[in-house]
Order: sequence, then C-alpha cells, then structure tokens
Amino acid sequence: MKILVCISKTPDTTAKIAFTDNNTKFNEAGVQFIINPYDEWYALVRALELKETIGADVHLITVGGADCDPVIRKALALGGDEAFRINADSADSYYIASQIAAHAKDKQYDIILTGKETIDYNGSGIGGMVAELLELPYVSIAAKFDLNGTVATVNREIEGGEEVCEVSLPVVVSCQKGMAEARIPNMRGIMAARTKPLTVAEPAAADTLTTVVSFELPPAKAGVKLISPDNMDELVKLLHEEAKVI
Amino acid sequence: MSILIFADQAQGKIKKAALEAIQYGAKVAEQLGTTATALVLGPVEASELVALGNYGAQKVLHAADTRLHEVESIVYTKVIAEAAGKEGSMVIIFPHNFDGKAVAPRVAARLKAGLVSGAISYPDTANGFVVKKNVFSGKAFANINITSDIKVIAIIPNTFPVAPGTATAAVEAFAPAINDADFKVKVVKTETVSGDIPLTEAEIIVSGGRGLKGPENWGILEDLAKALGAATASSRPVADAGWRPHHEHVGQTGLTVRPNLYVAIGISGAIQHLAGVNGSKVIVVINKDPEAPFFKAADYGIVGDAFEVVPALTQAVKKFKEA
Repeated sequence: MKILVCISKTPDTTAKIAFTDNNTKFNEAGVQFIINPYDEWYALVRALELKETIGADVHLITVGGADCDPVIRKALALGGDEAFRINADSADSYYIASQIAAHAKDKQYDIILTGKETIDYNGSGIGGMVAELLELPYVSIAAKFDLNGTVATVNREIEGGEEVCEVSLPVVVSCQKGMAEARIPNMRGIMAARTKPLTVAEPAAADTLTTVVSFELPPAKAGVKLISPDNMDELVKLLHEEAKVI
Repeated sequence: MSILIFADQAQGKIKKAALEAIQYGAKVAEQLGTTATALVLGPVEASELVALGNYGAQKVLHAADTRLHEVESIVYTKVIAEAAGKEGSMVIIFPHNFDGKAVAPRVAARLKAGLVSGAISYPDTANGFVVKKNVFSGKAFANINITSDIKVIAIIPNTFPVAPGTATAAVEAFAPAINDADFKVKVVKTETVSGDIPLTEAEIIVSGGRGLKGPENWGILEDLAKALGAATASSRPVADAGWRPHHEHVGQTGLTVRPNLYVAIGISGAIQHLAGVNGSKVIVVINKDPEAPFFKAADYGIVGDAFEVVPALTQAVKKFKEA
C-alpha cells in the first residue's frame, strides 16, 4: 500500500493577517507557519493510522520553496516515511495540482489524501484537480475513510448530512474533521525525521491560470450597539427595523 | 457562447445556492452581452425547470438520466464539460457548496480553466477578469485575475441576492455520453439530519458555546432557533466535547457560514471562530463577560446571563411574530 499525502504550509490559525508591497503580498513578519490543519490533523494522521493497521508507505509532497522544509520535517516527525518538495512558488491551484500529478503519475499510489482546503487561500481545489489530471475517482470533504481490501468506504459530507460511498482504489480523497484524531510528534519521531529522505525536485512544465492582483482586509465594524438584557423587545425591534434581518 | 451554470438539486429540488448561482450567472451574462444556460442533472419536475427562468436562465439543459441523481465527480465532470462545449461556454458558474466543491475543481482541470472558488464579487472586466474571493478563512479578501480562456467561478452561498422575476426558461433535454463504467464512486447510503436547515444555506443561525455549560442546556437555544426559524450551530470546544454533532461546528476548521443573522450565545469569539462567521451580515452576541472579544465583531451585544437573556429573547421574538 502506497499513500501520498499533500501538505501545504500555512500561517498559524491565530496569525495576524496583514499585507505588504502595496497589498500584493502576505506580511510574514512575526508569523509562525504550520502544516495546514486539514492536511495534518485529518489527511496525514489518517494515512499514519492506515500505516499502523494495515502497513503502508506514507509519502508526503509539498509545492513550495525551502521555507517549507521545517513544515515538511514536522510531517515526517509525525510518521511520514519520505518527503518530496517541488521547488516552485505558486498560488494557482491548477499549477500546484499539475506538480502533484506529475510527481504521482508513475508512483502507483493507492490513496492520495489532501486536506479539504487550506486555511490561507481556501481554494479547496487541489484534490479534485489532481484526481482529474490522473483520471482517478475523487471523494470530497470526507469525514471517514475505511478500507476493506482494495475497496474504500468513505463518508462524504453533503448539505445537512452525509453520503456513505464505496470506491475501489486508487482514489483521491479530501479530508476534514472526523477522519482521525490529531497527534503531536514525539521526540523519537523528531529525531528520526532528521534522517528521513526529503527529495527536492524542480517543477514540471505547467500553466498558471490565475494570478493574485491584490489583497484587502474587511472594513472594520462600526462598533457594537449594547442592549440591556431586560429589553429584548428593543433588540427584536432593532433587528426588524434597523438591521432588517427578521 | 452562453454562461453555463451548474444548478445542483437534492431530491428533485433545485438548491437555494444553485438559484443564487443562476442569478449570478445571468448577471455575468448581461455584463458580457450573452445569455445564461442552467445545467440540471438528475430527475427534476418540468415545472421546477421552467421556473429557473425567474432567476435569469434563458435556457435550461436537463439531463434527466436517473443515474445522475447523486454526484459522481468523474461523471458530472464529463457531463458539464460536454454541456460547456455544446454551449460554447467560456464562463462556468458553480455554487461553492458541497456539490460545487466536489465537481468545480475537476471541471476546471479538465477544461484547463482558471478557478476562483469562494467568490464574493461579480467579475471586473475593466482590466482582465478579476474576481474577489475570501482568503485566510474570511479574515481577508483577494482579487484574482483569471488568465485562461475558459473561466470557472464558484460563488459562496448566501452572498448574492436572489430576486425572482417572472420569465420562463426554454427547457432542452440533454443526453450526455456517459456509461456505467464511469460511475466509480457509488453512494450506498445517504444519512441526512431530517428537518434541519443546512447551515450553509441558513439565513439565520443560533450558535452556542461553552457558556451554555452542557448539552442538557441546549433547549433554550433550540427554542430560540425555532422561534426565529433558524438553524443551530456550535463553537469548536462544544463539538470537540461531543455536546453537539461535529457538522454543527462553525469556525476556521469547521464550516464557514454567511447568514443574514448570526446569534452567538456563550461564545467568547476566538479568532478561529470569528473566521467562520465574520461574513454574516448582522451579528448578535450574548455573553456575560463584557470583555469577550466577540463583542468587537458584533453589531448588537447583550451583556448578561444566557440562561435569562435567551428565554426572554425567545419570548420577544414570539410576541413579534404573532403581532
């Protein structure tokens, strides 16, 4: 069994969001970077659970510069066996998916896992694009993934519920909460990660189909209007007449 | 070269998010001097299809094949690509809901089209084809230029207005080339929480946090939700503690919601929670701690004990609705 987990480097969930260079670049000053939570907590940990229960080689891939290395080392410390970094900087999901597909093409992965989206660009596109480029089935936003031989049972979220799906491997799955329990790396894992292979490869030729023109911060709220807890009629009146939401 | 809109359905009903996508697509069509075609897959009543004209679709392509009842991303992608080719569509619109997320990226990759998912603006064509989207989980926006010939836009539900008119759409039967072997992912069971309003489609959401002290106290929240016709949600600690099912978890690592009204009860307002809700049009915060950070993001605030304030608010809402 060979599993590929797609890893993205994102700012920490508590990071202050600000921009530089005339609002064209994310301001990285003082920001701590982490493995995208969906990639780590759900995709990677589920891959590790499968490795522990049925045996699997867990490969990791990220598309980015050398500044991604600490993050990918952490993923190795959690239990990944081998990592690949495609040395390219891009925010276009088609370009990134093309790199992952080019890597995976001849590797015979049985399962390719991604997080359901990254918490920076919120594209939620990589899994579906990789699946299309590799002509593989895709299950999006999965909360559960079980294997019975080469048939996977996957729970996929839909509006107001879940669908239980069956699919034969190989398959691409995007993962969300429910998939696995988050872990923290232990000292042994951290030591072992130092010597695990991290291969840096140059990108394959691929097109970039979108570019970021600029970023904006949302306008500040006007300020809260406080209402006395004894006057809920007043709140209802404001919601109806002023806010017009009820 | 019409604009193609993927209008998804559940149990034969076109989803609200899909109606928003049709109206959005019609607006883009007007902007670009073309027409809007809605694509509906799976069995849906003819009257429902004709009515899509009310939302601006001049034409509805309908593939009634019962095998298309549920989303299979490979099959849907094939069908949508075929429809786009047939219509000569250079812009394809999706709702950024669960179906859209399953299919839009595949369609984009197949057609080599730039994708903007989570869009919150109409395209600005003054200088390229620029669409604004949510980034950093709603803490910022990015303006993205799509440079490919074909463009795919997935719009966030409950962001664009729906104002039905009185036009009818020309419905055209569509028989795409699919075969049984294309259906790789098979749905064996569907589990929906009956009677609930899907959170991502809800116009009003009542959400509870640790301040409610335990799952046994959710009754007051549910009463308020019922009075308001709202869906219920929770913060992450509540979902993690198992007080509420995880599909109710709203925030950075849960669902992002954009209701017209978000009522937060006993939620402090950690930055990760705010990321999931700050697209809400109006936020009401009920918290006994006047220093709770949520008040900074709120439009209306009540500093008080939830166990007194919430039932009083429920009564006030009932009184208003009966009047």
